[in-house]
Amino acid sequence: MPDTVLEVTALQRTFGTVRAVDEVSFALAQGGSLGIVGESGSGKTTTARIIVGLDRPDAGKVLLHGRDRTERARGRAQRLARARQIQMVFQDPYLSLDPRTSVQAALRETLRLHFPDIDHARRIAELLDQVGLGSWAADALPRRLSGGQRQRVAIARALAVEPAVMVLDEAVAALDVSVQAQVLNLLADIREQTGIGYLFITHDLGVVRCVTDDVVVMRHGRIVESGATAEVLAAPRHPYTRLLLDSVPRPGWDPRQIAAARRAL
Amino acid sequence: MTRTLDIKSLRLRLPDTARPVLDGVDLHIAAGETVALVGESGSGKTLTSRTVLRLLPKGAETEGEVDVAGENVLAMTPQQLHALRTGRVAMIFQDPRAAINPLRRVGDFLTEGVRLTGTLSEQDATRRAGELLEAVGLSGAVLRHYPGQMSGGMLQRVMIAAALMGDPVLLLADEPTTALDVTSQAEVVALIGELKERFGTGLLFVTHDLGLAAAISDRVYVMYAGRIVETGPAEALFADPRHPYTRALLDASPRLIEPGRRLAAIDGQPPDLRQELTGCPFAPRCRFATGLCTTQAPQPQAAPGAPGHLAACHHSDRLAEGAADA
Repeated sequence: MPDTVLEVTALQRTFGTVRAVDEVSFALAQGGSLGIVGESGSGKTTTARIIVGLDRPDAGKVLLHGRDRTERARGRAQRLARARQIQMVFQDPYLSLDPRTSVQAALRETLRLHFPDIDHARRIAELLDQVGLGSWAADALPRRLSGGQRQRVAIARALAVEPAVMVLDEAVAALDVSVQAQVLNLLADIREQTGIGYLFITHDLGVVRCVTDDVVVMRHGRIVESGATAEVLAAPRHPYTRLLLDSVPRPGWDPRQIAAARRAL
Repeated sequence: MTRTLDIKSLRLRLPDTARPVLDGVDLHIAAGETVALVGESGSGKTLTSRTVLRLLPKGAETEGEVDVAGENVLAMTPQQLHALRTGRVAMIFQDPRAAINPLRRVGDFLTEGVRLTGTLSEQDATRRAGELLEAVGLSGAVLRHYPGQMSGGMLQRVMIAAALMGDPVLLLADEPTTALDVTSQAEVVALIGELKERFGTGLLFVTHDLGLAAAISDRVYVMYAGRIVETGPAEALFADPRHPYTRALLDASPRLIEPGRRLAAIDGQPPDLRQELTGCPFAPRCRFATGLCTTQAPQPQAAPGAPGHLAACHHSDRLAEGAADA
């Protein structure tokens, strides 16, 4: 049994009368990959935001290597140390990069903040290489890059601090199929090389099948099913998981039946 | 019989581009037929669908013909065009929130078109709007709602109801489900299918999702760099693709069934618009490409024994052999 890198216990978050996250618990193994699947309003993004530290839970804990990170950070050093533990890559590569900052400058800013004493130029070259971008990309502004290339830059920036866990919130959803495949393969390679752990927030079951070992299915803020990805997708136990699976379009697909099943649930 | 939509050798040029954005597009839809137009961003699929309503970017120059029920849209007078847009052809956009005025009630939005053209009186328009809302599974009470009070799935239903107000012969749906959850996607697709049957309209479904295209359409067109690279019956095209790009797209899609960890990504990127093209636009990314592909643009050719299944590739037969070997 590999060690647990990230553990979430009984997370709760309420917005007004809505329980956005309700008693959510799961664990991510060292170097593992866990998918959180659900539709809009399922609480998957709120869960991710709490884990990263962009939001705080009303109750429950987020433990990294057994240490709680939900308490308010004391001072700059602790804030930075927490940022080095977990990094996030967002859905829209067009919004997550500053349009006036070159790729190189964006990476340097992160490196300067976290590792003021290392050779930045060499590390930037290393990072660009790691995400499959040539040195030509260093001076480029985001608008010169395609969606897939921008997402690679966002990944490089997340990797720059050598995090233990990377949270990917619909990180390939906006990419075209051919480019999406490149980025998913890249992520698989990086995990193999570095032993980083992934938390994949997505609504796409095909992507989950491809890149995760375990999966958690969320609905209305609660976990309705969890387990090894291959097993959950091959033999779903919860009717909602089955509905999600049936909703994936394929030849001979009957959307009317799904619509009926959805109303019945 | 006249085709509902018949696009013939459509070529569209934009200022500051080295090559036509649409380059010899041929596409047709028979009455009541569902046709999917599949492609990645920048392939020209959205532009093709917008050309049907002559919603063109500034400075666009067109060649060829776009016939709706036998009349060429590209040669219409402003009055004819107005009638076309408010009546015979309707469009459903990807993001209903961007397409519906948030300050007006749903009822206003639905009846605006027919009231402006004087097709229906205000009373009749409101009655029809109520009926259509029920047909899309919403109650007539929604007429008094503001868009902000409704979810994305509900608003997309309003979009669909609005599209049917003018009794169109042709529906253009541009990624109508991309912004929706998978389960709402199924509902919206089921709904479009039902209404299409009931009202007998043709449907052009523009999407990047091959699985969805296969699931819902009679025929499929695959677009790459402004050209139709392959077309045919949905089943044949997905079971036995004859263009390497179609094959590659299928291989790159994450599947639910096979556990294959590594996806077959397509290396490289689609050609830039500032770049002139000679030969086949897919050649630089294609594993079947030969010298011929870089010098001579392939013309669409029918598969043996299947005149409706066309691929613009010099090496379709090698592709079929390769699949048989594997």
